Amino acid sequence: MNNNKAIVQDMIKEIQSDRQSISMMEVCGTHTMAIAKSGIKDLLPDNIKLISGPGCPVCVTAQGDIDAVIELVQQQDLILATFGDMMRVPGTRSSLQEARSQGADIRVVYSPMDAVEMARTNPSQEVVFLGIGFETTAPPVGASIEAARAMQVSNFSVLSLHKLVPPALEIIFSDPDIKVDALICPGHVSLVIGLDPYRELVNKYQKPCVITGFDDSDILQGILMILLQFRQQQYRAEIQYRRAVKEDGNPVAQSVLKRIFKEVDTRWRGIGLIPGSGLEIREEYIEFNARYKFNVPDIEDVPIKGCSCGEILTGKISPHDCPLFGSACNPLNPIGPCMVSHEGACAAYYRYTPLRGEIR
Amino acid sequence: MCLGVPGKLMSISENNAAVVDVNGNQVEISTALTPDAEIGQWVLVHAGFAMQVMDESEAEESLALMLELQKIRESLLYEQ
Ligand code: SF4
Repeated sequence: MNNNKAIVQDMIKEIQSDRQSISMMEVCGTHTMAIAKSGIKDLLPDNIKLISGPGCPVCVTAQGDIDAVIELVQQQDLILATFGDMMRVPGTRSSLQEARSQGADIRVVYSPMDAVEMARTNPSQEVVFLGIGFETTAPPVGASIEAARAMQVSNFSVLSLHKLVPPALEIIFSDPDIKVDALICPGHVSLVIGLDPYRELVNKYQKPCVITGFDDSDILQGILMILLQFRQQQYRAEIQYRRAVKEDGNPVAQSVLKRIFKEVDTRWRGIGLIPGSGLEIREEYIEFNARYKFNVPDIEDVPIKGCSCGEILTGKISPHDCPLFGSACNPLNPIGPCMVSHEGACAAYYRYTPLRGEIR
Repeated sequence: MCLGVPGKLMSISENNAAVVDVNGNQVEISTALTPDAEIGQWVLVHAGFAMQVMDESEAEESLALMLELQKIRESLLYEQ
């Protein structure tokens, strides 16, 4: 996208002159981070509010699921391969990082294929990949399962805690306690799922959904596209981030999702059970399902005392409203996942707007 | 977590193993999810996979769309 200064200034002026009262949710944690970094919120007039949503995969992972992972690494002799974001997320008793310092073999990888390779080169060891993420991440994980089967790597498996974004958005739009007039939709989830899931949401709730990119100019343009829909009083699902997102998404990635996973009900932090919002590995690939291979326990959610991540993930409050924010809870001593994850709302606010008192 | 970075496809070999150039770094990825991607194209890379071929002309189109939006807004302002 052209970062032409004059155009950006024009867009800011245009947004500032708008008098409509509208609250928009940026669904995706990467947007939360980009918005906090850019200072865009400070430029918005008081009538336009941006609130953070549930699009941080680490943050929405249920407490019980995190505890189950920690129990898995403490009780079984295996290598756990995970994306780095998960390491410091607090479980009820410890984090993966603490479990590692107590001897568990936990390794940070960049790609699920690294875990397949790790399994191939350590044939006497079981390697479990911790599958956390949305529609962007689940296809690479599915493709890795297919690769492991093709290469006959039988000591590789996945604990799938993947989640689907549209069912959570349905909750956001339908909950009367959550006041969201429009969605700034996640750029990278959408490059897999395309425009159709948002069309359904718009048809049902008559609220704008605009798939937006991550540059400052992308975000400003996304906001303008939403404002325009309100002025025209015609609500649509649209793509601002056209250089990456195609209308029908990525059909190859969608078919990998369908082949490897089935939709199941799953728990989200702060929201609870959402029907059809989780991805479990199909029976056809059961030998790659760590949940069965190692009898991973089902653990109840015990909320973290004093942490309001749940309310933050559903846009009910802002990180600044949490009494622990910045004092008892900070990036060096995070109490909840929203402060741990790089794209968690608390971490983003702490880094870029640590002192602001008001909610915007 | 859903972070994606653009990279230019430098080579594709067997089993969809490919190399992309991301800001001057050569990164090994898989093109299993973008089987039509060709050497020289830009792809969006996430978790070691190319997730989508990026369309440079769309960037210009995006600009055109913005100018179009401006026109619509202006016409709406006149109506008011
Ligand atoms: S500031 Fe810390 S304790 Fe408060 S909601 Fe965020 S992560 Fe939880």
